[in-house]
Amino acid sequence: MAKRIDVSGLNAYYGSFLAIEDISMTVEPRSVTAFIGPSGCGKSTFLRTLNRMHEVTPGGRVDGKVMLDDENLYGPGIDPVAVRREVGMVFQRPNPFPTMSVYDNVAAGLRLNGRYKKSQLDDIVEKSLKGANLWNEVKDRLNKPGSGLSGGQQQRLCIARAIAVEPNVLLMDEPCSALDPISTLAIEDLICELKERFTIVIVTHNMQQAARVSDRTAFFNLSAVGQPGKLIEIDETERIFSNPSVQATEDYISGRFG
Amino acid sequence: MDTTTENPAAPPALQPAETDKGAARGASRPGDRVFIGLSRGSGIFVLVLMAAIAAFLTYRAVLALSKNEANFFTTMEWNPSGVPPQFGIAVLAFGTIVSSVIAMAIAVPIAVGIALFITHYAPRKLGGTIAYVIDLLAAVPSIVYGLWGALVLVPHLNGLYGWLDDYFGWTGLFAWDGGPARSLFTVGILLAIMILPIITNVSREVFRQVPRMHEEAALALGATRWEVIRMSVLPFGRSGIISASMLGLGRALGETMAVAMVLSPTFTIQASLLDAGGGTFAQNIASKFNEATEMGRDALIASGLVLFVITLLVNGAARLIIARRKEYSGANA
Repeated sequence: MAKRIDVSGLNAYYGSFLAIEDISMTVEPRSVTAFIGPSGCGKSTFLRTLNRMHEVTPGGRVDGKVMLDDENLYGPGIDPVAVRREVGMVFQRPNPFPTMSVYDNVAAGLRLNGRYKKSQLDDIVEKSLKGANLWNEVKDRLNKPGSGLSGGQQQRLCIARAIAVEPNVLLMDEPCSALDPISTLAIEDLICELKERFTIVIVTHNMQQAARVSDRTAFFNLSAVGQPGKLIEIDETERIFSNPSVQATEDYISGRFG
Repeated sequence: MDTTTENPAAPPALQPAETDKGAARGASRPGDRVFIGLSRGSGIFVLVLMAAIAAFLTYRAVLALSKNEANFFTTMEWNPSGVPPQFGIAVLAFGTIVSSVIAMAIAVPIAVGIALFITHYAPRKLGGTIAYVIDLLAAVPSIVYGLWGALVLVPHLNGLYGWLDDYFGWTGLFAWDGGPARSLFTVGILLAIMILPIITNVSREVFRQVPRMHEEAALALGATRWEVIRMSVLPFGRSGIISASMLGLGRALGETMAVAMVLSPTFTIQASLLDAGGGTFAQNIASKFNEATEMGRDALIASGLVLFVITLLVNGAARLIIARRKEYSGANA
């Protein structure tokens, strides 16, 4: 189940442009870690290196080490497809498969991974939708298109889809930025429940959200446009928001720039 | 122009200062009036044009059909100037549909494959080159395809025909009498090449528009490249592929010169696709029109009307297929 992420000396590039430089951090299992920082500082790029999604962008490449427990995701012979089955992801804009029903959306990952009996699938779909706090809202419309749900429901559907395959880690890239406050609250509550089972990393622009949901917070920054983004500090969320050890963090959190 | 009446509830403060008659109403500005007139006129013009074509075809067709002594739909004979006049479209309908179906069966999978390769597999430069070559293919006039088909394709198909006869001759469909390859099957192959560019181009545009986030959704679940295509690209592109195929089918149904140059026409329906013979609506009209009598021309026009109706039905069917899956189309995502 939940695994520890241990990153060391990670650089990510777009072509020859160094987007993030020399990042090292540890993410504890069964915890929520939030990434904050100004736009363009590379937090989303960094998140996408954790499930090898960065390299699907044309020109994207990575060097360094990402250990998931004792397995290097960038080690030789590691299949990126297998990595992504182990590290789930939720995106900024809800992206259920528009041509699939609610049920098929949740079952999509399972069907990629192997053969299941109908009854098994039914069970997992129900369990995942319950896990995403969506079951009661969609149980009567499982065969309706997933794109017919509201934005917040769609995002929870995407979370259900991601957790249906029982990943070790769940990455969330600004999962609430396209949602209204009530849907946002629903997702935040959900994150708190999910951390009992998964290692969660969330990128957010909303500092209150980082403060509400995360155990630890990492602050990223870049010295100027065109310079690589760097990890400034990572610490207990409480400490980051009350008494950060770096001045830049305090400036950012108190709204003095960025 | 009752669609643009003023909103009576608008607060007076928002009204324009000048109260000249008409100045506040957008619709009565001369530019708007001209534009509305032009666009409405263009819309009406299309309808009038379609109606005129249909009326012309129907009028001339009725002239011929009223004198026809044979069943128009089942007769396998074309003798409108005979006494009594006897003609029917059975052979033409069969030939048109069979050759188009063969063309679609060959062209659609290849075109979708090329479009996927260009958009999702090929390096950008190679993809661009291939797309350009396909565009060139679309620019070749059909008479050139006809020449190439008659002079190059027909003589070189004997090997394929022999092979098909050896292995699939038992089905009857692919039995071959060893004659020249001027058959419906050859026409189908030629039509496939001719409709390949349009199906490829339209599919390519549709595949290119698949939102990145749908592909990433599949990738993040641990989908391989093929699975991404199966889960996000093809379902999203489905209605586009259907539209593209229908455009291609429309061209295949109506293609004239290339068919006329390749096919050796006979007024027979035969089980074998490989034996020379058969005919299509357009080919029959082209090859008979010049020497036809008044009555003969009317009869040909009657067959043209049938082609017109078949094309309309095909388009309608395609729209139905697309509409039935609309809520899943992703257009609202």
